Amino acid sequence: MNTATTPEAIQVLTDRTDQVWTKGSGKAFKCDRKSTAGSVTQRACAFCGSRVVLYPIADALHIVHGPIGCAVYNWDIRGAMSSGPQLHRNSFSTDLAEKEVIFGGEKKLKESLVELIEYYKPKAAFVYSTCIVGLIGDDVDAVCKSVTQVTGVDCIPVDSPGFKGTKKSGYQAACEAAFKLVGTGDTGGISKYSINLLGEFNIAGEAWMIREYFEKIGIEVVATITGDGRVDDLRRCHGAALNLVQCSGSMTHLAKKLKEDYGIPMQRVSFFGFEDTARALYAAAEYFGDEDLMKRAQELVRSEIAKYAPTLRAYKKLLKGKKAALYVGGAFKAFSLVTALRTLGMQTVLAGTQTGSAEDYEQLKEICDPGTVIVDDSNPLELAKFVLEKDVDLFIGGVKERPIAFKLGVAFCDHNHERKIPLAGFEGMAHFADEVARSALSPVWKFAPRRSLPRVTQNKEGVSA
Amino acid sequence: MSNFAVRIDRTTAAGAPTEGPEPKAATRNACKLCSPLGAAMVFKGVRNCLPFLHGSQGCATYIRRYMISHFREPVDIASSSFSEDDAIFGGARNFAVGVDNVIAQYEPEVIGVATTCLSETIGENMLGMIKDYKERHEGDGPPLVHVSTPAYTGTHSDGYYAAIKAVLQEFVQPLNLTLSHQVNILPPMCSCADLRHLRDLCALYELEATIVPDYSDTLEGASWDAYHRISPGGTSVEDIAEMSASKATLEIGHTQAGRKDSAGVWLEKEHGVRREALGWPLGIRLSDEFFASLSLISGKTMPETVAAERGRLVDAYVDAHKYVSGRRAAVFGEPDLVVALASFLSEIGIRPVICATGSKLKGWRELLAGEIDGGIDDIETIAGADHAKIAERTRALEPDLMVGSSKGYPIARELDIPLVRVGFPIHDRIGSQRQLTMGYRGTQELFDRVVNALLKVKQDDSDTGFSYL
Ligand code: SF4
Ligand code: SF4
Repeated sequence: MNTATTPEAIQVLTDRTDQVWTKGSGKAFKCDRKSTAGSVTQRACAFCGSRVVLYPIADALHIVHGPIGCAVYNWDIRGAMSSGPQLHRNSFSTDLAEKEVIFGGEKKLKESLVELIEYYKPKAAFVYSTCIVGLIGDDVDAVCKSVTQVTGVDCIPVDSPGFKGTKKSGYQAACEAAFKLVGTGDTGGISKYSINLLGEFNIAGEAWMIREYFEKIGIEVVATITGDGRVDDLRRCHGAALNLVQCSGSMTHLAKKLKEDYGIPMQRVSFFGFEDTARALYAAAEYFGDEDLMKRAQELVRSEIAKYAPTLRAYKKLLKGKKAALYVGGAFKAFSLVTALRTLGMQTVLAGTQTGSAEDYEQLKEICDPGTVIVDDSNPLELAKFVLEKDVDLFIGGVKERPIAFKLGVAFCDHNHERKIPLAGFEGMAHFADEVARSALSPVWKFAPRRSLPRVTQNKEGVSA
Repeated sequence: MSNFAVRIDRTTAAGAPTEGPEPKAATRNACKLCSPLGAAMVFKGVRNCLPFLHGSQGCATYIRRYMISHFREPVDIASSSFSEDDAIFGGARNFAVGVDNVIAQYEPEVIGVATTCLSETIGENMLGMIKDYKERHEGDGPPLVHVSTPAYTGTHSDGYYAAIKAVLQEFVQPLNLTLSHQVNILPPMCSCADLRHLRDLCALYELEATIVPDYSDTLEGASWDAYHRISPGGTSVEDIAEMSASKATLEIGHTQAGRKDSAGVWLEKEHGVRREALGWPLGIRLSDEFFASLSLISGKTMPETVAAERGRLVDAYVDAHKYVSGRRAAVFGEPDLVVALASFLSEIGIRPVICATGSKLKGWRELLAGEIDGGIDDIETIAGADHAKIAERTRALEPDLMVGSSKGYPIARELDIPLVRVGFPIHDRIGSQRQLTMGYRGTQELFDRVVNALLKVKQDDSDTGFSYL
């Protein structure tokens, strides 16, 4: 029947067998594909990808052109914070009705834009096309042009209907849209030691923590893209000397454009875990080749680690030997997590991403231990299968993975955009350890049927072992 | 709190209060979801059924996440994952592959297929695809039930009711008999606890209820000792087949009562099952009507335990009436829930001064007029509302509390008034699937929550902070 007591009972779809890989198996591995129909992918759509990336730009108007669902399901659910404007936290939609689907939605889009711009006075407007917009033949570009003319506020189409490729294509569309603003602002007064932080979305204030590190060592952060983002920062970000790209899957495209058009070099970094955070700070300091910068960076790293290392050591004692599974959006986060889990004495036995590239996976394979299962664009059943097979103690993922873990009596740590706890930087690592420990060490698991041995069954006479 | 963080819908990008007329064309912070979500809820209430959305995959993923955040249970919804080509040339191939993959992975007993805006717009021939499927599987595969749910014509409520009807039309078999102990219940989108309560109440009248949908176990299940590809629970296809033999159908929800094409009407016309159209049994009056129907169908008088619950509820109304009397509330959500809440609140002396729903319902005011105790001259009834509109009216009327989903939190926080969380979604509290809002017992629970919310305000606002009220 529909119950799987053993991992073997769950089949991996034939179409997907080469997207599931075990280290040491010597098998081929594929990724970067469109999701298989009927697989129940954990990925959303291209539109969602673009929405995620641009959402944190707080003084822009974001309007979703299409029927209501696409807009409403992501209304104010993300943890991306703004230090000022909160305009991004509204959900604006043209909420197309049947008559517009038949006769076209351009008029409604135009009216909506003009009214909203007049009312909210945004610095720019992003107009997201959803699936049916292309089909009904709306010329969104033309509407944007004419509204830009009328209002004087840049209206930028984001061409990301859900069916157009994968979530990654949405990232790309978002980068294209953001790039339209680049180069339109004044770069005067920017320090020669300056960077942009790309792919940092300021979930729970993480960008602020990271920005502070750089400022402390003497490096100016011109723009965090897009965390706590502002339109004017994007306009002048081409004045920075170096781009640090964190969430590489989402932002490499923009970084490449900045390199091509403005000659700004890029480096991939991560701010997750002690090691990676330190490495990122050193990389920037080294790039500028100033000894003082490097000295300050080293000092900062030293003092931050001194501050949080004892906490981590305490947690490590408690968590040592536990087995972890992780399923996250991008691959760079996955590498960092493997390392961070090691810091806590934990071993990663299952690692997967929604949108990793071949290059990413090579690196992931490298750092994982033999026997680790790696999955690309996985689904709930596969994840459950390997949680059972590997007898996982902790799952790291997002809201959609949480019930898989919990139902099977497995601890869970949220590492997605919806979370409200900062996990980046040195301090974030302490939060991470705390998050993991709170779940993994909770006393409730002994009651979970999969964890309670000997099995306790309830019968008429009461509870018996 | 910074200046920016409040009145988000009324603050410009520069942090200043907005000026001028409110924008009208766009929907701002919608107070509705899209129809496939409603259909998915219904499919989750059929045993071993896997919901399948025909269209691009984002819709399915978004809906899954939204439901998981509310129910905190696995919600697997498949999709035919349209690519650009499929959107242009049709998704028949994806549909076929998708359905076969679902069968291979999930071994479902039923696949519940709902369309999305995309497949509706390109005019997919669902019946043709289903026919192809049947031919391909030579009658061997699980049955598919299909409902048309273009989101641009309605809301999640519409999708929900349409899916109930589709499920019945697909599976109810003609049977020339009547089982006098069997009754059908077609509930509105309520909590898992409500569904369980409905079943238990029927049992007290010695009636066995077939409930469609019954997601009480699938969306609020136990901790597992093995992985269930599809959460256990739900009404079986066999039981649905026999709904034609039931003595009567209780079709619950005011919006369905007046319809000539509802699922209950269909059962009555097609299979001769008497239909009792009822409002959501919240409050004493509406619950009385519900229990009267159960008496009528079963031929039994009200069981003592129920009568006792009613007695205690009346007693509680009396004990607490002064705390609520003359207070004013803003109510928002799905139309059937809002009508029930407005009726209940007016019955205890709270004026539901704002009754808002995201559905563009014709006759919304008239519907409410029939259910609100004390007339509706002082009541603003808003159909097609979004949360910006609800916020605007709530700011203007300054009610004492709000009643509705967690999406009302920002305005409740701004005005510093309590939000009593009822309905869908509740994304900022735990346990809403366990909260009752039906029958005397459910009314009692909600009544206590409302009274206590108001008492808390009174207590917190007092200078003395008495612990004795
Ligand atoms: S396209 Fe339609 S069905 Fe899909 S999420 Fe948007 S509104 Fe809902
Ligand atoms: S309709 Fe398209 S854009 Fe909207 S949620 Fe679905 S897949 Fe995404």
